[in-house]
Amino acid sequence: MGTTTLSTDLILQMRGITKEFPGVRALDGVTFHVRRGEIHALVGENGAGKSTLMKVLSGVYPHGDYEGEIVLNGQAAEFGSIRDSEHAGVVIIHQELALVPQLSIAENLFLGNEQSRAGLIDWHATTSRAVQVMRKVGLREEPGRLVAGLGVGKQQLIEIAKALTKDVKLLILDEPTAALNETDSANLLRLLRDLREHGVTSILISHKLNEVLAVADSITVLRDGRTVETLDVRGDAVDEDRIIKGMVGRDLENRYPPRENPKIGEVFFEVHDWNVYHPEIADRHLVRDAALNVRRGEIVGLAGLMGAGRTELAMSVFGRAYGARISGRIVKDGKELKLKTVADAIDAGLAYVTEDRKAYGLHLDEDIRRNVTLADLPRVSKRGVIDKLAETAVAERLREALRIKTPSVFQRTGHLSGGNQQKVVLGKWIFSEPDLLILDEPTRGIDVGAKYEIYLIIQRLAAEGKGILVISSELPELLGICDRIYAMSAGRITGQLPAAEATQEALMRLMTATANGGGRQA
Amino acid sequence: MTTAEITADEARDEPAWRALLRRIDFRQYGMIIALAVIVVLFGVTTDGVLLRPLNVTNLIMQNSYVLVLAIGMMLVIVNGHIDLSVGSVAAFVGAITGVMMVTWDWPWLATVAVALVVGALIGAWQGFWIAYVRIPSFIVTLAGMLLFRGLAQTVLKGQSLAPFPEAFRQLSSGYLPQVGKFSGLHMITVGLGVLASLAVIWIEISSRRRRAEYGLPPGSWVWSVVKLAALIAVINAFAFQLARYRGLPVVGILLIVLIIAYSFVMNSSVAGRRVYAVGGNEKAALLSGVKTKKVSFGVFVNMGVLAALAGLIFAGRLNAATPQAGVNFELDAIAAAFIGGASASGGVGKVIGAIVGALVMGVMNNGMSIIGMDVNLQQVVKGAVLLAAVAFDVYNKNKSK
Ligand SMILES: Nc1ncnc2c1ncn2[C@@H]1O[C@H](COP(=O)(O)OP(=O)(O)OP(=O)(O)O)[C@@H](O)[C@H]1O
Ligand SMILES: [Mg+2]
Repeated sequence: MGTTTLSTDLILQMRGITKEFPGVRALDGVTFHVRRGEIHALVGENGAGKSTLMKVLSGVYPHGDYEGEIVLNGQAAEFGSIRDSEHAGVVIIHQELALVPQLSIAENLFLGNEQSRAGLIDWHATTSRAVQVMRKVGLREEPGRLVAGLGVGKQQLIEIAKALTKDVKLLILDEPTAALNETDSANLLRLLRDLREHGVTSILISHKLNEVLAVADSITVLRDGRTVETLDVRGDAVDEDRIIKGMVGRDLENRYPPRENPKIGEVFFEVHDWNVYHPEIADRHLVRDAALNVRRGEIVGLAGLMGAGRTELAMSVFGRAYGARISGRIVKDGKELKLKTVADAIDAGLAYVTEDRKAYGLHLDEDIRRNVTLADLPRVSKRGVIDKLAETAVAERLREALRIKTPSVFQRTGHLSGGNQQKVVLGKWIFSEPDLLILDEPTRGIDVGAKYEIYLIIQRLAAEGKGILVISSELPELLGICDRIYAMSAGRITGQLPAAEATQEALMRLMTATANGGGRQA
Repeated sequence: MTTAEITADEARDEPAWRALLRRIDFRQYGMIIALAVIVVLFGVTTDGVLLRPLNVTNLIMQNSYVLVLAIGMMLVIVNGHIDLSVGSVAAFVGAITGVMMVTWDWPWLATVAVALVVGALIGAWQGFWIAYVRIPSFIVTLAGMLLFRGLAQTVLKGQSLAPFPEAFRQLSSGYLPQVGKFSGLHMITVGLGVLASLAVIWIEISSRRRRAEYGLPPGSWVWSVVKLAALIAVINAFAFQLARYRGLPVVGILLIVLIIAYSFVMNSSVAGRRVYAVGGNEKAALLSGVKTKKVSFGVFVNMGVLAALAGLIFAGRLNAATPQAGVNFELDAIAAAFIGGASASGGVGKVIGAIVGALVMGVMNNGMSIIGMDVNLQQVVKGAVLLAAVAFDVYNKNKSK
C-alpha cells in the first residue's frame, strides 16, 4: 500500500543548481526532485555539497547567489532570505545548532514566532504549546529550563520541535541524528514517519545509512557537487553497499579495518576513584568513583547513554577542563600526575578531541594551518617566533594524511564542510603527538569512506604504541574498532568487556544498569 | 575534484584591469584606499596646506599618542575585550610624572622608567579583575576610567604642573639631529626614506619567493609592482616633506619601532597567535592548552604600558601635566581600531589596520580644522565616518561568506 499512496506529484524540483565559493565549485549543475509526502534522503561524502544544496533551497544563499532554478509546489521559488522560505513552508534545521543558550526551552521554541497578544508574550500559550510539541518529539524537560545546560542531543530535539511550531510543509534536516544516541535516533525517525502521515515532506541528510534505509522512500546521492543518482528504496533493491558505491564511486569492502594481531603492551595510564561535580549545580554528582586504565597500543572504548558522564569524565581528566570538586588520581607510567590545567595535560602527553567541534574545537575565522598547530605552537617555532614555512608544511602533511577536502590549507575552517572540520580537529591533536588520545565521538558527521580512514589512523596511532580511548554513542563502531570496552551509566563505570565477548546487548545491559548492584553508599 | 579550481581558468579570458581589480582584497585595502581618498580630498580643499612640510610634521606629532594607544587597543580588541580607561590612565601617569619631575626634580630617565612601571601595574590591576575574576572588561575599565581620572585630579590637586625639563620634551617634540644640509633638506630623513623603500622591495621579493616555496601561486607581477610603486611613492613623498621641514621627529622613530615590533609579534610570534586564538574562540583556545587567563592578563598589562607611554608623550608635548589630559583618547583609539578592521567579537584585526584607522581620524581632524569647519560639525562627520567604515567592513565580510 505504501508504494501506491506515493504520488508522482513533485513538491520540489531543483534544476541545474550551481553554486561557487572563491576557489570552490560546491555545486555543479545539481538536479534534485522530491515527491510530495515522502522522506527523501540526501547522501554523499563530506564536502559533496549536501548542506550547500539545502542552504540554496532554504534561502540562506539568496536567489541570485547561485545559478539554476527551483520550483516549489509548481511555482518558481526565488527566496531572498530564510524568512521567505519559511513563509513558503520550508524549514531547515542546520547541521550546527542555533539555539540561544540563555533562553528557556519554551522561549527558544517560539523565537521569532512568539505567542503573543497585543504585543505582549502570552506565557500560558507559550508554555502549553511548548509542552505539546515537546511531547511530540519525546523531549521530557521543563519548558522553563534554560537551554544552556542541555546536551547536544536534547538541543537537537528542541530544534525539531521548533520547526514543528511553524507551519512546515517541507522539513529539511541536516544530520539530525549525528549527535543522538540510539534511543533518541529511533525516536526521531519515528517522528519523521509520523510527520509523513500528516503530509509533511522531509529531506534528510545523514551519514548513518542504516537510518536512511529505515525511513527514506527515495535516496539521492551527491558526489563532488553533482547528482549521481536517485534511488527508489521501495522499487529498486537498495542496500547500504549500493548507496556507498554511489557515494564513493567504488565498492567499499569492509566498514571497519580488520584488527590484525595488535601489539598491546603494559597498562600505562590509569584513573582511580575519579569524582566530578557539576560546575554550577553543586550537588550534581556527574562522575562517581570511576576507574579505568589503558594499555600501550590498546584501543579502549567508552560506551554509555547520553548523560552517562563520559564527556565529563574525559574532560575533567584532561587538565580539569570541565567540572568542579574534581577528586581522584591519575597515574601515567607508574607516576602520579597532577594535572591542573589543560597545558599540563598536553605536556603530560594527553590529547582530547572534543565532541562539539564548533564550540570547543575550532577557530572558525582562522585557516586550517593556524588551527592544526595551535595545541603545540612551540613545535613550529624557534624562540617564540613561528616558522610559517614549517607550519604550512605541517598543515599540508596533515591535509594529505587525513584527506581534508579543501582548495588549500589557507582556507578558513568555517568554510569547510562539517566532516572536513572534524578532520581538522583530529589533525590538531595528531600533531600534538600524544601518548594517550581521547576521542569524543570522533566520527560524528563523517561519511563512511572517511570513517574508515579515521579508523585506520586510530589503528596506526595505536600501532605506534599510543593508547586510545574512544567515546562513542554508536555501539557498532565501538565493537568494530576497540580491543576492550567500558560501559558507563549514571556517572559510574558499570563494567568492561573485552572485544571478543562484547555484544550490543551485553553493552546495552551495562549502559542501562542502575547503581543498585554496585557499591552504593549512604 | 569537488574543489574545482576556478580562479585559474577564469582569470584567463578576462581583461587585465578586471583581473587586477579582482585581486584587490577590499577588506584588506579598503581602509588604505579610504585614507588615500581622504588625504586627496583634504589636500584639495585645504589648497595643499594639509600636505605642507610643517603640517605633515604636525600630523605625526598631534596623533602620536593616539597611534600608540591604537596599537594597544587593537590587541585588546583582538583579544575580545575593550579598554575605556586608557585616557584616564594616560592622565594619571602624566600627573605622577609631573610630580616626580617638576615637584621632586627627579631625573627624566628614572621618571620615565617609573611611569612605565606604574602603567604596567595599572594594567595588571585591571587585567586581574578581567582575566581572573572574569568581570567584563567594559565594566572594569569603565571603573578604571573614573578611578584614574579622579586619582589624576587628586595627585595634581586640580592644578597643572609645568614646565618639564628640555631633555624629556625631546621625546614628544624633538627631531633627529641634522647632519649636513643639502638644499634645505634633512638628509638623514631622506636617507631613511630610501632605506625603507629598499626594505619593502626586499620584503615583497622574499615573500614572493616564500610563496613559491610553499607551492602557492605567487600572485601577478603587475600587482606586486603596482603595490610596491605606490608604497615607495608614499614613503618617499612623506620622507621628503618631513625633510623639507626639520626632518623626522623623535616620536616618529618611536612609532616606527612600535609598529614594526607589534606587527611582528602579532603576525609571527607564538604570543601573538595566542592573543588571536583567545579572542577568536576562548573555549577552543583553552582546550588547546592556551593559558587564556594569562594571555588576557598580559594584553592588559601591555595596554597599561602603552597608555603610560601615551601619557608621557602627551605631557611632554603640552609641556605640562594637567588633570584634563587624555579626555576622549579612549574613544579615538577604539574608533581607530574599528575603522582599521578589528572585529567587535574578537579574533580579527591587524596592528597596521589600527595605524591606518588612527591616520584616517587624524587627517580628518586636521583637515577639517584647517578649512575651519565648525567643531560641532566635525564631530558629526567623524561619527558618520566611523559608522560607514565599520558598515563597509561588515558588508565585505558578509559578501565573502
Ligand atoms: N562559505 C563557504 N566558503 C567556501 N567554501 C565553502 C563554503 N561553504 C561550503 N564550502 C565548500 O563547499 C563544499 C561543499 O560543502 P558542504 O558543506 O555542502 O558539504 P556537505 O556535503 O554538507 O559535507 P558534510 O557531510 O561534511 O557536511 C566543500 O568543499 C566546502 O569546503
Ligand atoms: Mg554538511
